[in-house]
Amino acid sequence: MAIVYRRSKGLTDVETHYCPGCTHGIIHRLVAETLEELGVLGKTIGVAPVGCSVFAYDYFNCDMQEAAHGRAPAVATGIKRVLPDKVVFTYQGDGDLAAIGTGEITHAAMRGENITTIFVNNAIYGMTGGQMAPTTLVGQRATTAPLGRDKSHAGSPIRIAEMLATLDGAAYIERVTVTSPANVMKAKRAIKKAFELQLEGRGFTMIEVLSTCPTNWGLTPVKALEWLNENMIPVFPLGVYKDITKKEA
Amino acid sequence: MATGNVTFRQDWCKGCGLCVAVCPKKIIFLDESITNRKGYHPATVKDMDQCIGCANCARMCPDSIITVERV
Ligand SMILES: Cc1ncc(C[n+]2csc(CCOP(=O)(O)OP(=O)(O)O)c2C)c(N)n1
Ligand code: SF4
Ligand code: SF4
Ligand code: SF4
Ligand SMILES: [Mg+2]
Repeated sequence: MAIVYRRSKGLTDVETHYCPGCTHGIIHRLVAETLEELGVLGKTIGVAPVGCSVFAYDYFNCDMQEAAHGRAPAVATGIKRVLPDKVVFTYQGDGDLAAIGTGEITHAAMRGENITTIFVNNAIYGMTGGQMAPTTLVGQRATTAPLGRDKSHAGSPIRIAEMLATLDGAAYIERVTVTSPANVMKAKRAIKKAFELQLEGRGFTMIEVLSTCPTNWGLTPVKALEWLNENMIPVFPLGVYKDITKKEA
Repeated sequence: MATGNVTFRQDWCKGCGLCVAVCPKKIIFLDESITNRKGYHPATVKDMDQCIGCANCARMCPDSIITVERV
């Protein structure tokens, strides 16, 4: 019998604290598999955020550094500039990246820092109990928007992939999701492409992954996947928003 | 004849049911006769003979506790 699927060596042998069915775990696995397949686990430094994935430093089988809330791209910039031969990535939620850390991610992309960002967008502040995020959908309920996000005073969701794609420093930007085995495989290809471009020194790469928060959405893990497909994808369309390798073709 | 074989690290299972939902053969279920040390009913396969080794279950498991082999 040949093994067709096993736990990646890019993950430590540690149980995660994530809620049942939370897709943070799937996204961790895809990053881990990518680093393992590229043979770079020994020379990778990841930067963990503040948010539910704050303990990511315990789960990835590579060197990790924790950053203050939203500051992972700034910390990653420092690491990469001092150690340019290392593979450097940030793993950040939408509260971390698109609220308190909007400045850091925007300027890291603008400068074309040769790092990879894995942006986990679950349209909510998961860790702190379900407050409205800049990515929360209009009408979506949150503890700080009990009647649903009201566009008239809270605005509409920020589309980070589209926004960062306008910056010349961005080499590759794609939005994916992990709601089915086929989508998981597509997400893996996107993540791998981003890290490959970093290895070629091409500049800033970001993969935005639409992810679930069954606990704060108040849905079962399976229903949360359906909710994401039906409600998040129309607002955050999947696809490649920037690909500098296309220009050369 | 089975063409696949799956194993679950049951003490790590959170009973989320994502693997159950994506199995094309509908052979995975949460075993209510077992409660693991986390307090969940872990996933298991009822009729391994039907497994085709597609690895859909493993691709969706957020806890990376499924190993899939193909005959
Ligand atoms: C300086 C600072 N401000 C606020 C907080 C509170 N806080 C912790 S996590 C978080 C947001 C987490 O949301 P997100 O980044 O979307 O991650 P998720 O938990 O959804 O994966 C906030 C506001 C903090 N820890 N530090
Ligand atoms: S609170 Fe939400 S994002 Fe955080 S681990 Fe639970 S399901 Fe995942
Ligand atoms: S490998 Fe495919 S057929 Fe076998 S249990 Fe998993 S999902 Fe079902
Ligand atoms: S997907 Fe993984 S954690 Fe969820 S029920 Fe199946 S084996 Fe258990
Ligand atoms: Mg979030």
